[in-house]
Amino acid sequence: MGKPDFRTPMSRARGLGAAHHGAAEWLSNGLMAAALVPLTLWMVFAVLRLAQLDYYGAVQWIRSPVNVSLMVLTVVIAFAHMHHGMRVVIEDYVHQRLGKLGAVALSLFVSGLAGALTVFSILKVALGGA
Amino acid sequence: MVEFRLPRNSRITGGKHFPAPAGAGKVKTFKVYRYDPDSGQNPRWDTYDVDTSQCGPMVLDVLIHIKNTMDPTLTFRRSCREGICGSCAMNIAGRNTLACIHGHDECPGDKVAISPLPHMPVVKDLVPDLTLFYAQYASVEPWLHTETPEPQKEWRQSPEDREKLDGLYECILCACCSTSCPSYWWNQEKYLGPAALLHAYRWIIDSRDEATGERLDDLEDPFKLYRCHTIMNCAQVCPKGLNPAKAIAEVKKMLADRVV
Repeated sequence: MGKPDFRTPMSRARGLGAAHHGAAEWLSNGLMAAALVPLTLWMVFAVLRLAQLDYYGAVQWIRSPVNVSLMVLTVVIAFAHMHHGMRVVIEDYVHQRLGKLGAVALSLFVSGLAGALTVFSILKVALGGA
Repeated sequence: MVEFRLPRNSRITGGKHFPAPAGAGKVKTFKVYRYDPDSGQNPRWDTYDVDTSQCGPMVLDVLIHIKNTMDPTLTFRRSCREGICGSCAMNIAGRNTLACIHGHDECPGDKVAISPLPHMPVVKDLVPDLTLFYAQYASVEPWLHTETPEPQKEWRQSPEDREKLDGLYECILCACCSTSCPSYWWNQEKYLGPAALLHAYRWIIDSRDEATGERLDDLEDPFKLYRCHTIMNCAQVCPKGLNPAKAIAEVKKMLADRVV
């Protein structure tokens, strides 16, 4: 038996009330998911194209403004989408306050760091550092 | 953390076996969840070999037959026996439904498992505690909100606007949908669940209601509404053929219309 809960059922149902946000996040998650469909197809095309080129050809290909922009866009959206997805999973299954906050923060840190490293690497090639 | 295994005192053990009487005609075995909080014992599965030629065609008829002739201690809720009151909602052969409109011939296999609605506290045997579920329904204030002085006759509504309530008002609050939803299992205290949200939408879409914005305000929350991940179990199990997932999607669309 758990501890007795003397709150009324209505008090439990209302909880802390509504956060009054969520619509913008829901829209942005949907838009990111939709954007990733063409971007992922383009990324597959890009990987196949790069596999055919030698080192200098590949660098030249990445330096194209369209290619570098699409590449950065794909990476940023993919990592943001990854964080949003992880956050939903964590909120679904982790219920202890500290554990939940820690896991969400860790997800944000890992996604942010991985995204930043990837974007930096792309720009390094594109802007002539490699 | 979410619990993937039942607590120690909720784990189900083997129970008693009630054989069919000698000379029984068409025998089918029913494995029924039994729990008596006063006994201090764990829940158990009792099995009943039922002579289905001696009872009606529905699972509720089987349960009534068991209670009348085999084991009077079996506890379950029932009232209308025609799919209108929602009292006999339970999990039959792994699927939430109403025992009164689910034929025992429809249940696959030789042994049919019958248990209370999943992931709810059990009062006794097949009777779940739906107190929070009903409070969640009441929390969406399922009645007409108006500020305009009441008309002398009635609030008028066009036939087209009335049609928008079809597929919503028929909900009988049996809780089959909410208790089949994994999001509701894991976050019952924060997510309103498909049934309460379907009723919320029923009042949001009602052309006579004057509190649409306030109702949407109260739902815009990452947990109360957006815990719905469109799993669609609710629509699959609804014994009235309703689609709570669609109602929830409509609420999300209306909230999106406010920001874009």
